[in-house]
Amino acid sequence: MTGKLVLENLKNRPLRSLLTILLIAVPVTLILTLVGLTQGMLADAQNRQRGIGADIVIRGSTTQAVTSFSGYTIPAPMVDKVQQQPHVKLAMGVINDRVELILALTGIDVAKFNRMTGGFTYDQGGPLQGADDILVDRLYAEEHHLQVGQTIKLMNHDWRVAGVIEPGKLARLAVPIRTLQDLDAATGMVAQIYVQVDDPANVDRVVDELQHLLKSYKVYTMAEITAMYNVDQIPAIKPFTVVVAAIGVVIGVTVVWLSMYMVVLQRTREIGILKALGASKAFILGIILAEATLLGVGGTILGIVFSYGAQWLIRTLVPASFQMAIAYGWWPRVAAITLAAAILGALYPGLSAARQDPIEALAYE
Amino acid sequence: MNNGAIIETRDLRKVYRVGQVDVPALRGVDLLVQPGEFLSVVGPSGSGKSTLFHIIGGLTPPTAGEVKVGGQNLAALSDGGRTRLRRRTVGFVFQKFNLLPNLTARDNIAVARHIAGLGAHPDTQFDEVLRLLGIAGRLDHKPNALSGGEQQRVAIARAIVNHPAILLADEPTGNLDSENSKAVLEVLRDLNQRLGQTVLMITHNPEAAAYGHSTVHMRDGRIVDRTG
Repeated sequence: MTGKLVLENLKNRPLRSLLTILLIAVPVTLILTLVGLTQGMLADAQNRQRGIGADIVIRGSTTQAVTSFSGYTIPAPMVDKVQQQPHVKLAMGVINDRVELILALTGIDVAKFNRMTGGFTYDQGGPLQGADDILVDRLYAEEHHLQVGQTIKLMNHDWRVAGVIEPGKLARLAVPIRTLQDLDAATGMVAQIYVQVDDPANVDRVVDELQHLLKSYKVYTMAEITAMYNVDQIPAIKPFTVVVAAIGVVIGVTVVWLSMYMVVLQRTREIGILKALGASKAFILGIILAEATLLGVGGTILGIVFSYGAQWLIRTLVPASFQMAIAYGWWPRVAAITLAAAILGALYPGLSAARQDPIEALAYE
Repeated sequence: MNNGAIIETRDLRKVYRVGQVDVPALRGVDLLVQPGEFLSVVGPSGSGKSTLFHIIGGLTPPTAGEVKVGGQNLAALSDGGRTRLRRRTVGFVFQKFNLLPNLTARDNIAVARHIAGLGAHPDTQFDEVLRLLGIAGRLDHKPNALSGGEQQRVAIARAIVNHPAILLADEPTGNLDSENSKAVLEVLRDLNQRLGQTVLMITHNPEAAAYGHSTVHMRDGRIVDRTG
């Protein structure tokens, strides 16, 4: 009977109920989008690292763990030196330059890249030929409406789109390494060396040898590198998520507080009727809290639906710049955050309803 | 006090505090109502009728004096105790019907049972009461689809569904035309005569008051006369 009372109350004010659910859904969507973006972009970067087919990565000592943007601290001859080590099948130096927030332009040695990765898969056009050629992946081409033969300006340099490639192999944007070295005034330097060994069983041995050989560089297995693509490795992300969640709680509490405060005002007389029938304070409080809980559940569900919408929008509008995963693991967390906010927001209106004097409530017009 | 009475008050007083001024609403009311009695309470506005109704119904505590309802001393009851009293010992009928607007007539009746902890569905004998009230075919309608007279009869059904010792009716015909007023008053009389329901009815209307076995006249917070 309590459930019916609560449901009928919500149904009787559909606009208020929907508006409250909508406002609760906003912070839910914000949290899920933020977390989904973090997860999606890390997973995408992980996949592109794995797609290279390397077993070991050597980085300069100043390289940041995840972003891999760094100065070009490794002299190119070091690549040949690595190549000469036992069990090393192939060593390839690359350099990267940031062209968007986390989007890199990668300078590659085309021949070695093809040997290590098996080469790009071309949707349009073909491989890098000229010094000013650039390969863009399908997502970047979609986002920037690019066709083969068009010219794009990056790093204050005009590049001719030679081909559109399938994403998943290191780079979204690939150019000849020599051109990028020249543009960066880093001729003869690389940022990272990718190493393929003859047998996966030899990876640890080669890592040990390389660490011994290259004392001032960092040598990682690919497993270690991909493990770095983790929320815990990005210093600002966790506090940022906490701040967004906290904002979500504040919005949720405020929305539910206002909504339930209005409910209590509008239903003063009904609360008086229930009290005249012998409803206890706990019963009245329970109705208000149950109503807020239902609004919270509705807001959570709508927020989750909206997060799919956010994912669709991101995929449609900025597929290369941002990747968003659906953060299933966060659904229970946002549900808990939202319900806690809803109950907190309903507590004061609920208690004031429970404390109402039945005679005054019945006289309320 | 007389043990046979279902309502007993002695020197019952109620003072309301309005701002910094004490306003006496009841100035010493002595009243006895026997089980099965249909008592009308009449008097001008401000005579204390509603305050008496609210105290006997457990909606507000008295300031002084004694009041017993169904053997319980209301002056000694806490807020929680008065809440429990309202569940089963008294049933209210108000001038403005006071049905929950979002629920059907059936659910309005069921809510009273639910709050009293009796389960939502009335016993089968209650079907007879619903027929007596003439609302058996109207139970699935919400209040806004019912006439005033039907709403008041639903309110009466809700008031008696838990078999209260006393039915308190505050101007039950105040919002009804004469035809519906007559129907509601006849229902109250039938409930009293057939089921032995004790009824205490406040009214301005002498014709309505005449439905009771006796009439109490109030003025200035006191009972000034009892007739019948």
